[in-house]
Amino acid sequence: MTHIGSYEDRRKNFTWAISERELEYKDENVINIGEYCSDRICRMGKKDKLALIWENHTGEERRYTFDDMRVLTNTIAAYLQKLGLKPGDRICLFMDKVPELYFGFLGILKMGGIAQPLFSAFGSESLVTRLADAQTAAIFTQRKHLAKVRNILAEMPSLKHVIVVDDDGSRPLREGELAFHMDKEERVEHFDIYPSKAETPSVLHYTSGTTGKPKGAQHVHYSLISQYITAKYVLDLKDNDIYWCTADPGWVTGTSYGIIGAWANGATQCVLDSGFEASAWYRFIEKHKITVWYSAPTAIRSLMKEGEEPIKKCNLSSLRHLASVGEPLNAEAVIWSEKVFGLPFLDTYWQTETGSMVISNYPGMKIKPGSMGKPFPGITATVVDLKTFEPITKAGIVGLIAIKPGWPSMFRTYWNNVETYRSKFKNGWYISGDRASIDEEGYFWFVGRDDDVINTAGHLVGPFEIESALLEHPAVAESAVVGKPDPVNMEVVKAFIALKPGYEASKDLDLDIMNFVRKKLSALAMPQEIEFVRSLPKTRSGKIMRRVLRAKEWGEEIGDTSTLEND
Amino acid sequence: MPEMKDIILNYIKKEYVEEGDDIEVTYTTPLISGGIVDSFSMVSLKRFLENKYNIQIPDAKATPKAFDSVNNIIELLKEFNVK
Repeated sequence: MTHIGSYEDRRKNFTWAISERELEYKDENVINIGEYCSDRICRMGKKDKLALIWENHTGEERRYTFDDMRVLTNTIAAYLQKLGLKPGDRICLFMDKVPELYFGFLGILKMGGIAQPLFSAFGSESLVTRLADAQTAAIFTQRKHLAKVRNILAEMPSLKHVIVVDDDGSRPLREGELAFHMDKEERVEHFDIYPSKAETPSVLHYTSGTTGKPKGAQHVHYSLISQYITAKYVLDLKDNDIYWCTADPGWVTGTSYGIIGAWANGATQCVLDSGFEASAWYRFIEKHKITVWYSAPTAIRSLMKEGEEPIKKCNLSSLRHLASVGEPLNAEAVIWSEKVFGLPFLDTYWQTETGSMVISNYPGMKIKPGSMGKPFPGITATVVDLKTFEPITKAGIVGLIAIKPGWPSMFRTYWNNVETYRSKFKNGWYISGDRASIDEEGYFWFVGRDDDVINTAGHLVGPFEIESALLEHPAVAESAVVGKPDPVNMEVVKAFIALKPGYEASKDLDLDIMNFVRKKLSALAMPQEIEFVRSLPKTRSGKIMRRVLRAKEWGEEIGDTSTLEND
Repeated sequence: MPEMKDIILNYIKKEYVEEGDDIEVTYTTPLISGGIVDSFSMVSLKRFLENKYNIQIPDAKATPKAFDSVNNIIELLKEFNVK
């Protein structure tokens, strides 16, 4: 029996109050995600149950019970307080998937701070853009990322503390840098958890848009209500499950379902802090007898690429439920997973801004491979006309995915950018920026983005940010960046570049520009293909027409070119 | 192939290890599984090898395993008769 039971029945009878009741939350109560994920689970009699099984690429393993987690998150919270950090301060987590990242996240929330996780592969420029916007007060990091943090210190007067979680004394730390060893610190048994309320800010996740700098989607502690119940109904987490979410907490999946949803349900979760390698992944599932696996289409397609041989070498019979998020999951991947694992990956759809799953496939519901599924009970979702924002009632017509505001985990603003936040709501709907159609049975079918944002391996990359970085390269006169179709990553970054006089296109220059962007921003933002051009298509007013270049890459109609210069 | 090994090792140190980081990279250091070169960055490493040795590495051969250490890369390059 699944938690959700019949989707149709659940949808008819669902209210968010069900989640509130299960979590024993009442209006105006204190609600602190850090407390709910650790102390509350201990109070439920599960203090000795494993909360985290962590392993890295060398095979080193660390295990923590819910009680360990409760005490260690207390320890981190108390440490931050002692440093003078205050509720509301933004505290960044810039680390690989180490236990300190997971417990640091909850520790920050316990002392009332706003957790700001950032992908550890970001380069210095990506880092400073996000920290400067948030005026971040402290950052947790590892030795291997310390150099990137040091690079930006001069531009970050607000950053008072750099906390290094794995300092071994081999190289002296500098002023303002502090060594913190979670497992060696004096354990704090009792900590007065910050009495956050429903609307108290909790997490700041930065996301890219078409124009301007990345925007910080700000969430609140009440998001727990959605994250808990979606993890329960969609991931079907049960008491004896061993759960693996492959997402990095630098991105929203890694916090909403790699931390909050899973632990609020009292699930044991596994973390593999290692790069992608098919055999290693399968061995990990076999070794820890993982039962519920939440991954991403890019990873699934990469596994498909490696073939069935590595699967045959491992016993994966523990798996009972698979789900996916990040980009649309193609029908082939669903069919493949049914063939090789005996289970389909169920696609789930949501965004940084939605904070939790809003459209999904559910255990027990008929799956249509390639479809995003149906709205979560409690979510009113539709597609609206691209111009009028009126709901489209006819099946099969493409419009923008729109959600009726008011679900608990909806973002509450963009940090320092309330104007852009407001622009996301039209005609009483939250407009996602993704296009889809709905079929006659109510299943949603993803079509694509409605803007120039590139979805590569499930991560949104803004073309503007990359174009700005490219302009800093000495050879680049101007550039336009678009998404190019890719069989594994859905899209990869392609840059069209016009060179400055005196520079000539060459393979070496191509590689140099790739590396330049990778180091400045991140490997995700690195153009995987560069096309050197003499000039870029522009409107008569001089604006680069990315859509013309994008259409060419996707083999689509270019559309209206009446404003094109020299057309 | 000591010379080629060192060229590749030095390139990896220069391009994928942040200046000031104290990560030690040797011929056997796990690059992909160890998180020094992520799967996206592998594209630039592949491009470097192709440019440097004037070869074309098919995507099917450019697996995380084949790129997981300098020694593995050398083994891969042998398939292309690179010396």
